[in-house]
Amino acid sequence: MYLGKVIGRVVSTVKDPGLHARKLLLVRRLPNGPAVVAVDAVGAGAGETVYVCRGREAAFAFKPDEVPTEATVVAIVDIIERES
Amino acid sequence: MVLARVIGTVVATRKDPRLEGKKLLICRQVDPDGKDEKAYFIAVDTVAAGFSEQVLIVQGSSARMAQGCKDTPVDAAIVGIVDQVSQD
Repeated sequence: MYLGKVIGRVVSTVKDPGLHARKLLLVRRLPNGPAVVAVDAVGAGAGETVYVCRGREAAFAFKPDEVPTEATVVAIVDIIERES
Repeated sequence: MVLARVIGTVVATRKDPRLEGKKLLICRQVDPDGKDEKAYFIAVDTVAAGFSEQVLIVQGSSARMAQGCKDTPVDAAIVGIVDQVSQD
């Protein structure tokens, strides 16, 4: 899992039935990683720092629905504490 | 999932029986602005995508959750045709 920043949205009309009514977010991996498309599971919005789950486990956030995704926004970050 | 652009097709006669009837497309990864990146994929098409369309590709074992890909030897599947990418 990693931290990301929501930088945009993706709109798709023709898509897998498992993705119907799911919000697709463009998320940039922090600090300067690539942009990936992640399915939103928590209602995240533009500019927010989020927590992205990758891999097969990303689909578990939507159980029992089968959503074909390998990146899911599973949390919105409030605070990050780290040694300086 | 990543954004990509369909740049070609692949034809294979001898293949795993579970891949029969599946369309294989060559896709080049693109950034959110639509510019080409280095990576490319051979992906199974599940949404009837066409040449030069921007698509959404799911990779890894989650690709098997795409429609019609259950229990198939697939690790990249096209699961959406992109209409619009908006950046904040």
